[in-house]
Order: sequence, then C-alpha cells, then structure tokens
Amino acid sequence: MTVSSFDADERGWFGGAEGFGGRFMPEALVAALDELTVAWQEAMADPTFVAEFEQILREYAGVPSPLYLADRLSEKVGARILLKREDLNHTGAHKIRNVLGQALLTKRMGKTRVIAETGAGQHGVASATAAAYFGLDCTVYMGSVDTKRQALNVARMNLLGAKVVAVDSGSATLKDAINEALRDWVASVDHTAYLFGTAAGPHPFPSMVREFCRGIGDEARAQVLEQYGALPDAIAACVGGGSNAIGLFTAFLDDESVDIYGFEAGGDGYDTGRHAATIYAGDRGVLHGARTFVLQDEDGQTIESHSISAGLDYPGVGPQHAHLADVKRATYEPVTDTEAMDAMALLARTEGIIPAIESAHALAGALRVAADRPGQTILVNLSGRGDKDMGTALEYFKLGETE
Amino acid sequence: MSVSTAFAKAKADGRAALVGYLPAGYPDVQGGIDALLALVDAGCDVIEIGLPYSDPVMDGPIIQAAAQKALEGGVRTKDVLRTVEAVAATGTPTLIMTYWNPVEKYGVERFAADLANAGGAGLITPDVTPDFAQDWIAAADAHDLDKVFLVSPSSTDERIAMTTAASRGFVYATGIMGVTGTTQATAAGVAPLIERTKATTDLPVGVGVGVSTGAQAADLAAYADGVIVGSALVRALGEGLPALTALTEELAAGVRRA
Repeated sequence: MTVSSFDADERGWFGGAEGFGGRFMPEALVAALDELTVAWQEAMADPTFVAEFEQILREYAGVPSPLYLADRLSEKVGARILLKREDLNHTGAHKIRNVLGQALLTKRMGKTRVIAETGAGQHGVASATAAAYFGLDCTVYMGSVDTKRQALNVARMNLLGAKVVAVDSGSATLKDAINEALRDWVASVDHTAYLFGTAAGPHPFPSMVREFCRGIGDEARAQVLEQYGALPDAIAACVGGGSNAIGLFTAFLDDESVDIYGFEAGGDGYDTGRHAATIYAGDRGVLHGARTFVLQDEDGQTIESHSISAGLDYPGVGPQHAHLADVKRATYEPVTDTEAMDAMALLARTEGIIPAIESAHALAGALRVAADRPGQTILVNLSGRGDKDMGTALEYFKLGETE
Repeated sequence: MSVSTAFAKAKADGRAALVGYLPAGYPDVQGGIDALLALVDAGCDVIEIGLPYSDPVMDGPIIQAAAQKALEGGVRTKDVLRTVEAVAATGTPTLIMTYWNPVEKYGVERFAADLANAGGAGLITPDVTPDFAQDWIAAADAHDLDKVFLVSPSSTDERIAMTTAASRGFVYATGIMGVTGTTQATAAGVAPLIERTKATTDLPVGVGVGVSTGAQAADLAAYADGVIVGSALVRALGEGLPALTALTEELAAGVRRA
C-alpha cells in the first residue's frame, strides 16, 4: 500500500532501521499490533470497507470539507491563502476521520470496546462520538490536570455515553493518559481496540492514522487543481502528534514544486525552554512505542511540554514527521503562543472564522511564510474550530466586556 | 556468580530461585541500596534493580509512585549504576530492569560497558523485544551481559521461539495479561505459557507480574524455575526495612515449600 516515496517499511521504519518509527512495545501487545496491522491492510484492500468508510465520512461527518479562498486575509498579507475547512467537520475537527476509520475497523475485527487517550478532550469527544455511532463501549483516559481545565469536554464525553477516567500519575497530562491507556490495553487486548489519537505510537498506528486522515490532502489537492488550476506553492499545517499535518502532506509529498511546512507549538518562545517544538529541538529518543524526536533531559526522562494549545502540547511527535524533517522534505518551525493568538484574532476579524488555537499555529506560520512569497498560493489546513478554546480566548484577550 | 548459575544452584537445591525487584533511588539512593542489600540478606537469589523512568507503561500504581518519588529525589542513571555496583559486590547476580529510552539516551554501547564495569549481570527490557533490539543484543554480547526478554500469554509460539533464542540468563514469563502490582497470577493461569516457553529453550523460566505472597511463590515454584516479585516488595519497603525483610523471608520460604 505504497502511497508516497516516504512511507514506512513493513516493520514500521521510516528511513530504515537507523531512522524513525518501529515498534518499541511490551511483548504482551505485539500480537495485538500484528493482528491490527493485518486487519487494517486487509480492510484497506477491501472495496466494501473503503466504500463504507467514505459513505460514513460523507453522510455523517460532512466530508469532503470545502477549500476556501480567504479573500480579505489574502489581500491583507499579499499572498493567496486557501483554507482547508476541516473546522466544518462533525465534532469540529479533522479527528473525526481517524476515529471513524479506527472504529469501523474495530467493528470489522469483532471487538466490542474501545479506549482512547485525550489531552484537551477533542480526540476523546471524537472517540466517544464514533463509539456511540457504532455501538461500542468507550473508556477515555485524560490527565486529571486536563479534566479540570476541560470540564465541558468531559461533559460531552459523558453525554455521548463514554466513561472518562482521570489520570493522576506522572504529570497528569496527555502523555500520562497515553501511558494509562496502554496499561488498560495490556490487560484488555483480547476484546478492546485502542483508538490512538494521532499519527504517532508503535507501528502500525503512524501509518494507519495517516491513511484514515489522508483524505484531507487528497481532497485539497483535487480541489485546488479544480478550483484554481494549479498546485499551491506551499502547504502548511500545525504539528503536535501530527495527524492533521500528515493527513494534508501525504498527497503532496511527491509534488516536488510544493514546499511543505509544519508548525509546532513554540509556547513562551523556543529559547525559554517552555515549548512543544519537538522536531525543532531535534533530540532523538523513544517514546510511546516509536523512535522519534522527544523532549527529554540528558538521562532520557521525558520533559513536560508547554503550549497554550492543548492539542499541540505533547513531548513527542509522529515518526514520519521526524523522517520528513530528517530528509528535508518538510520544514518544521515553532510558532509562539502570542503569534498563534494573534492569528486567531486576525482570522476571526477578517474572515468571520474562529479557528482552534492549534490551527491558528498553522495560520500564523503560513502568514510568516507568505511575507516572503508575495503573490504565491499557500494552502493551510484549518484543522479545527475554536469553540472549545473560548475559555482560553476569553482569558487571553480579556473578552466578555460589553459597552 | 552469574544469573544462570544462581538458577542452577536453586535447581540443585530442588527449588525455584527468588528474584527480588526494587527501583533504584527509592526512597533515596542510599536508602535504595540498603533495601536491596536487605533483599540479598533475606534470601533473594537474583536482584533486579529498576531504573526509574518518567513513562513506565508496564508498571501499575505502586511501582509508578516509587519511580516518581525517586525521580523527584533527583536520581540519575549514574546513581542506578552506582546502586548496581553496591549490590553486585555482595556476589548476588544483579540485573537492571529498564525501559528503553534511558539506555538509548545514555548510549547503548556505553551503557553496556558501564553496566559490565559495575559488575551488573545484564538487562531486563520490558518495552523492547528482540526484533527491535539489535543494538542492545550486539552490545550485550560484546560485554558478556545477560539479555532477559519477556514472553506473554498472548505471545505466539513463533514469537516465543524467537524471544528465547535471543535471551541469555533466563526468560521472563509474565504471569498475567496486565501491568505490575494489580491482578494475582495463578499457577493454572501461567502453566501453559511456561510449558510453551520451555518447549523452545533450556534457559530457566522466571514468572513475574502478579506475584506477591509466599503462598503464591510456593504455588508458582512448582512450575517455574524462578519467581519474580516487585510491587509487593516496594509496598513493604514503604512500611520500612523490617517489613521488607519479613516479606522477603516469607517469599524465600515459599519457593522452598513447593
């Protein structure tokens, strides 16, 4: 199932065994990962499965999302900015693609329960949604720091029928929620599927999540050719674990004329050390089952990441992004909290679109790129909508005043 | 004494070996060394020292909390090696149980060299399987170190054969499908895995994960060459050295009762 020149080999290595990815996992989970790999590859080769996935995306999730020319913004920055409107999908982000794909596969494999990790709660809400759609039991692990910060998303998951488990161990955030989900999976793997939330983790997750999300780029590439008659000069996406980014990039990887940009969370600024710019920091390590770039201390202990955007606040990154950076097919740069919040406000006021803070990182980065590319076309993945971020925005911009 | 000699000696006595686990640096580096020496004195045949790691996915709440406390206390990889040196000096074979990233970050070859220099016997690697451990296998072979890989009830026969072929010292059979310190392993539950493992190798097979009492140790010792106890010892250490010694003695009596 080769889709680009930058794919993993059959053991999950991007760029060979000296590169990134692989499967650094307890033996207890290897049989399940092997079973999942085979089931996924058979499903993707089965026209019935593919057709059902496409139908659900179309009729239930609102896909394909439109490609929108942001006129007023383009005028302001002097370059043509195209937005892939993943914010308009059901549940408000690209993540619904991944969970519907994985949950459909779970059904096909005859498993009855799904588990998921979540940071801010977006993947948890998407997983709970897919579980409700397919009639699966659902347990979502969420750091106790995050359950407090994101009480509304906990309520959403509860309403959708999912059980939410607050995780107190470690730093009580996303990485610890992943650890706890893996611990659940070791004990429940015979009847449970782990709906991993991003294109990271052990093989086959980085490749499988990419394939379920690649519709973003496949659609955008067809749309831009149909609507504007040419490929864009550059494409941009935000990168936390990297699912929306790899979903956009995949269709363009072999288009040599298209420059590819991933924007990581620069937090308080890269030099402050309080950031989540994992690739930019460039330190190789193994986290959550894959060799990739990791924020870590000199003993290999994971360091907590920092970002105003919970969805980018992760100390690892998908191994294919590490590979794309390593072979210089894509460029990854940090975008600070301030730059992202400025872009959020700018898009709200020029286009009437409130983006997720994650997606605002992509936009802020794209605007930086646009400054050097007058008149060129830049396609940005607007991966999610900002409803979930209004609490943060209210505090950051001191909103809520009336006159 | 090597790990395999310790297992052979126990076998010659007509019993299973007792393998005791504690993380280094808990409650602090010296306290951890004292506790491990207490395990040796109270009858452990092989010592397993945990390298505290920020993201221990195979460990339940008890070992997680101890590792976290050790890290908050500032324990470093070099402290773990210092702990190995102090324990190995007793002549009891001493392994490190470690998640992979701290080894990779330290440098696989350098880690193997420093472990060998400290008198350590080898590594137990819960999140690396032989098919992703080429660097470690090469370094271990170069420095004459044991490679203890895990087999699980979910492992296929093919993977068990691949794993035992790459192992040295003993083979670590996980007694349950789950993480440390949660569910109790039973002899009936683990016997099929031990049987499947023994069909592929002459190496001794130790059972760990889900073992906490002398009675269980006695029960499992009838099937396995070694019984591995971790969380229960960590919990006992939390109560103090006398509790740790008492539990270790109970377990040592257990493996002799089978």
